[in-house]
Amino acid sequence: MSHLVIAPVLLPLMAAIVLLLLRHLDLRLRRLISVGALLAELVLALTLLVTVSDGEIRVYALGDWPAPYGIVLMADRLSAWLLVTTALLAFFALLHALRGIDATGRHFHVLYQLQLFGLAGAFLTGDLFNLFVFFEVLLLASYGLLLHGGGALRTRAGLHYVVLNLVGSTLFLFAVGALYGVLGTLNMADLARAVAATPADNVGVVRAAGLLLFGVFALKAALLPLHLWLPAAYAHTSAPVAALFAIMTKVGAYSILRIDTLIFGNAAGPLAGLLDPWLLPIGLATLAVGTLGAVAARGLGQQIAYLVVASAGTLVSAFGLANPEGVAAGLYYLPHTTFAAAAAFLLTAAIARRRGELADRLDPGPTLPEKRLVGGLFFVVAVALAGLPPLAGFLGKFLLLRATLGLQALPWVYAVVLGTGLLALIALARSGSLVFYRTQSVTRAAASAPVTVAAELAPVTGLLLLVIGLSLAAGPLYEYTQATATQLMQPDRYIQTVLGGGGR
Amino acid sequence: MEALLALVIGVLTACGVYLALRGRTFPVVLGLTFLSYAVNLFLFAMGRLKIGAPPVIAQGAAGYADPLPQALVLTAIVISFGMTAFVIMLSLKARAELGNDHVDGRESS
Repeated sequence: MSHLVIAPVLLPLMAAIVLLLLRHLDLRLRRLISVGALLAELVLALTLLVTVSDGEIRVYALGDWPAPYGIVLMADRLSAWLLVTTALLAFFALLHALRGIDATGRHFHVLYQLQLFGLAGAFLTGDLFNLFVFFEVLLLASYGLLLHGGGALRTRAGLHYVVLNLVGSTLFLFAVGALYGVLGTLNMADLARAVAATPADNVGVVRAAGLLLFGVFALKAALLPLHLWLPAAYAHTSAPVAALFAIMTKVGAYSILRIDTLIFGNAAGPLAGLLDPWLLPIGLATLAVGTLGAVAARGLGQQIAYLVVASAGTLVSAFGLANPEGVAAGLYYLPHTTFAAAAAFLLTAAIARRRGELADRLDPGPTLPEKRLVGGLFFVVAVALAGLPPLAGFLGKFLLLRATLGLQALPWVYAVVLGTGLLALIALARSGSLVFYRTQSVTRAAASAPVTVAAELAPVTGLLLLVIGLSLAAGPLYEYTQATATQLMQPDRYIQTVLGGGGR
Repeated sequence: MEALLALVIGVLTACGVYLALRGRTFPVVLGLTFLSYAVNLFLFAMGRLKIGAPPVIAQGAAGYADPLPQALVLTAIVISFGMTAFVIMLSLKARAELGNDHVDGRESS
């Protein structure tokens, strides 16, 4: 039994504890610890990715108690893929935060590491109740991060976010309780086995619990009609936090994919495909509404937040096609949209700082300092966000459209995906021209902080290089996501690996 | 006993949902608390109701109560307790920064 599976969960927790103990230390040293821990996490995630890419599912039985009695962590291609995405994203968002935002409140680095702890745990756990616990960990950390720095608007958005997520957690517990009450287990692989053998008179309860779970994950993934919390929360928080939160909706999408393929997968007997009739329509509707929101947005941050909603819609639509090609396309699209949204949030902060009082409002303002560099970056970010060629967003959408060939839903998917692509392009083009071209040559907005332009824009550039890398390495990466999708479509192998003494 | 417990859970949930939908932060916090009470009872009942049965191995025991839901409830209680404390602090902060205790930060006319 290799300890590699639990290492990415333990490392951020240890880093958070160390940072909390050393809170009186010089800020520079704490930054060093935080970045060092994150780099180590990235190495661990990459090692795990290489390890699991042989197709075996790694199971780690905590305390060596065999499943289903003990609690297990499991690492497969999907978990490793998301872990690597998270670590890369978190690294660049942290680089941005190091330029001063981490000093505007207390315990930024502690909360940041705890957030990574929750994320890594949620991706690696093989137990439904532990998924709940890790959700709580990442949510609690996210409450702290969201409110970091303070301010009335931020507090109001934070209050809505916290209350909504508390209600979501309660519903999660109701669903978990109902599943345990009927099936007598919470281990996901064991649940998959038990769901397939549900007695006929309990099918209704399990179906209700499954759909309740879906509702909770839809809230986290900001799917229609549970998306209304996201734009305000993301638009009003600080830039690195918003960038890190680009992965938060993907946790919801990940959980949906996990229960859809493992617990209610094709081997689930009377409950097979429980979520399938819901995913595609809800995904497409979310995509449409998110894009319309982006068109109507009055601030750049709000616009990008709506595009995050739209990207969650795209992902869930891809998963909702319920064929391996669709899932593979969605998984290929996932890191791209995460990095692109994060880069956009970070760039918005840079633009807002240059515009002084106007901040990110979409009104004509002063000519920006360094307008060529910032404008050029905005152009690349907009191309990535709208999913235009030659970047990975285009490839992801193309793969999604190709996966739809031969399905009945083809006209709907084509109409919505292509239509929203055009609308997103129009929205971003309008913002770009408002911010960069229709400027009034009044006095320049005074640069508020003495920062070097290179340090300010390095994280954005890094994220954009990742996006370009995703496009250049599309072949091998798509092969990986295809293998992931094939693996996900065989829940029997999970059940065998977890329950058949695979952790020994 | 089952009917009584089911009724209690139902009433707590209904009160919780009603209060959570109110416009001021105090009822909302109270509603969230009621909801968490309801879900704790619900989780507890998922191990089936038994009186006087030991949860772990005891000599000469005729039957056992399921210990797992009790462990789950403990976890859930701790988490909801911490969350309630957090949301109360946040409400106080919102009251101070927004000037009133409406969840949207403005008095409805």
